[in-house]
Amino acid sequence: MNALEVEDLTVAYHQKPVLWDIDLSVPEGVLAAIVGPNGAGKSTLIKAVLNLIPRASGEARFYGKAYTAARSLIGYVPQRGSVDWDFPTTVIDVVTMGLYGRLGWFKRPGQREREQALHALEQVGLTAFADRQINQLSGGQQQRTFLARALVQDAHLYFMDEPFAAVDALTERAIVNVLRELRGRGKTVIVVHHDLQTVPEYFDYVALLNVEMIAFGPTRDVFTESNLNRAYGGRVGFLAQSRTPHPYDRLAAD
Amino acid sequence: MLRSRAAIIAAVTLACLIALLAIGAWGFGIEYSYTLQTVAIGGGLLGLISGVIGSFGVLRQQSLMGDAISHAALPGVAIAFLIAGRELGALMIGAGIASLLGVYWITAVTQTSRIKQDTAMGIVLVSWFAFGIALLSYIQGRPDASQAGLDRFIFGQAAAITAEDVRLITVIGTGLLLITALFWKEFKLIAFNYEFAAANGYPVRFLDALLSLMIVITIVLGLQLAGVILMVGLLIAPAVAARQWVTGLGAMVGLAGVFGLFAGMIGSGVSALDVGLPTGPMIILIASLIVAIALLFAPERGVIAQWRRTHQTVSKE
Repeated sequence: MNALEVEDLTVAYHQKPVLWDIDLSVPEGVLAAIVGPNGAGKSTLIKAVLNLIPRASGEARFYGKAYTAARSLIGYVPQRGSVDWDFPTTVIDVVTMGLYGRLGWFKRPGQREREQALHALEQVGLTAFADRQINQLSGGQQQRTFLARALVQDAHLYFMDEPFAAVDALTERAIVNVLRELRGRGKTVIVVHHDLQTVPEYFDYVALLNVEMIAFGPTRDVFTESNLNRAYGGRVGFLAQSRTPHPYDRLAAD
Repeated sequence: MLRSRAAIIAAVTLACLIALLAIGAWGFGIEYSYTLQTVAIGGGLLGLISGVIGSFGVLRQQSLMGDAISHAALPGVAIAFLIAGRELGALMIGAGIASLLGVYWITAVTQTSRIKQDTAMGIVLVSWFAFGIALLSYIQGRPDASQAGLDRFIFGQAAAITAEDVRLITVIGTGLLLITALFWKEFKLIAFNYEFAAANGYPVRFLDALLSLMIVITIVLGLQLAGVILMVGLLIAPAVAARQWVTGLGAMVGLAGVFGLFAGMIGSGVSALDVGLPTGPMIILIASLIVAIALLFAPERGVIAQWRRTHQTVSKE
């Protein structure tokens, strides 16, 4: 059974389609990237699938179930820029928020929740920062805090919105390790990604998106120059094998 | 450690200030009349509630929403007066309904047009306030209701507070604080990360509506005292000042309550001494003073602390 099945998904903003007739089937136990130029609708796709924004048509099924029935199987890592990091709270408190859903109404997190949160912080290498104020974190540390919050949810299917955006090398490695570890445990992770260079190395599956779904499938089949040119409107002048940054990649990535 | 110590120092300083003012007032021969006591207790309680509830409004970056809500209440007060006469309960219900309609109107404009929320709030704020003022002029022009005394809803009037009102503020305020305690982690979650809460299956619309309703109730409770124009200050100022001193949400909400209590109590007390000072402005002046002190002197976040830090870094290099 597929972890995620999207059919005929269309999202419009003021009568203008931002996603058009998207079909997507992500198998279980893979790391999948969603790439595409600015305004391609990458984040919108995740948000529409998770019912965070209204869709004009189409539906999404998770392990064959509707969203409301599958909610406890789903973890979400929003863009780190979407929150106010000056909010008066600590790192471990943010991570514990991932456990609120399981705690239920009116119950306060206790020692058990703290230990679970500490374990997740260890996985992302932030143990020493547990009681730090979140406004003292670097961008990469903020991202790892969000990742730890998703880990404590112990979901089966993760959606991550730009986790690699503007992070340091240490954070990038930590995230990749966590992604691989999740895959090793049979989890599925769908990542909005912007760095074309790292797609073949990090991801098994890739979706090339530009309002419409240009191509989706195993990275080695789909991540071709002709597909990329179709997605980016011919602005990508590089080969997937090349590891040297090329000015055009930056253009496409930004 | 440093921060919690700073919070304690701030709280103790405030307590000393209250004591000093009390002694000072006594020294100047001001009698603690029953009215003054009632007014001070009512103002203090209202400040406490506003500080607590307002903290969530500020953290949700919805400060201006409180302003729109309170301005939108004025036509409700006037219409309720035209229907039911000078009945405080009716006036408050009218204020509440008008405020909720205002919130609904803002949401509807934002969702159905390309107008952004701040602009929608600006439009609703001025149009409903203008409508309210027009209605008030009409009421004052009527021969049968020339002494309606509705002006007090514009700038607030502490002397109008009765023991009955204080009982009402106590009952409703306790309810509001209880709901805040019950939904603590849910309110924290939607204030920090609304989309994450939504993706986690929380009924975010319900929680959002509940919090908005609580802000509306707080505003309606305070209208008589602080007035529609300045009521928002009592929601925002204590929270902003508290954020400067402390780092945790619990500490922030608690300290905002104390700041609100202080401002509400002293402000309404001073204006009730019958020297012609309007209550709303007095309360907000004191609250603003607390904000100014916090912005300047708070450790780490204060202007002076920041200046010293940059200065030290420069001299080290």
